[in-house]
Amino acid sequence: SLVQGSKLEVPLWLAKGLHDSKRRIISVELPKIYKEAWRTVFSADANVVDLHKMGPYYYGFGSQLLNFDNPENPDIAQTILQTFISRFRRIMDSSQNAYNEDTSALVARLDELERALFRAGQKGLNDFQCWEKGQASQITASSLVQNYGKRKFTDMDG
Amino acid sequence: SCSSRSEAKSGRTDLIFLIRFRHCCLLRNQRCILAYLYDRLLRIRALRWEYGSILPNTIQFHMSAEEVEWFNQYKKSLATYMRSVGGEEGLDLTQDIKPPKSLYIEVRCLRDYGEFEIDDGTTVLLKKNSQHFLPRWKCEQLIRQGVLEHILS
Repeated sequence: SLVQGSKLEVPLWLAKGLHDSKRRIISVELPKIYKEAWRTVFSADANVVDLHKMGPYYYGFGSQLLNFDNPENPDIAQTILQTFISRFRRIMDSSQNAYNEDTSALVARLDELERALFRAGQKGLNDFQCWEKGQASQITASSLVQNYGKRKFTDMDG
Repeated sequence: SCSSRSEAKSGRTDLIFLIRFRHCCLLRNQRCILAYLYDRLLRIRALRWEYGSILPNTIQFHMSAEEVEWFNQYKKSLATYMRSVGGEEGLDLTQDIKPPKSLYIEVRCLRDYGEFEIDDGTTVLLKKNSQHFLPRWKCEQLIRQGVLEHILS
């Protein structure tokens, strides 16, 4: 029993499912960080923004927002892309240069996509260091065993 | 008749909304379930490579019958494939996942395992903290299972 014109907060998946360009069941209002005011901030200097605080899935969620036929979509898309381009260089550099140190400050202001990229960079760096030390040929226990270490894992009569 | 037509139309719009809404929820639930089951399947597949072809009871206990069946089929497919490559004997792709540097390696036993037979018929007693110099291909699986630890010199 919803009255026409009422405003609601719904999850993205529901909005996507209900949205229909022809039938006009719902219209979607943009979250503020994708609106013009914030887009200007991003284009000024994207590196200073705390993307984790601004909703940790800035890129993913922003891309999904483009599903709703908003007239501002081209500008939104452009901003998201340019933001990524300006921030990426720093993320890549820092992930390749921070070896064996506390990276929590570097990672704190990154959104989830950027964090995944950072982790990938770190893994590459660690694997390389491991290889340089001659540890690449060392056979290791499966991660499953390491996680279940404390429990009894001795049922191997098969 | 004009007003009853518009009433019918708005009733129909409400119905469309409701059907769409319910359908969305069903699809979402389906997606969540599939994501969960698929993630489990990926982990089960990884077990074949990281752990071995026989799963410990503690793991099997937590798997559904369909997952156990899937694991067995996967094992079979993999074995068939491995037999078909590398000539007459086939090729065990699950061995030497890290490039080997030597035929024999130094290992330390992490827990009591018991007697372990090596190729030339001799047996070794694997007791906790004992160290041995053994053929790499015999130890690989036990290291992955956490029984032995590979020591680099």
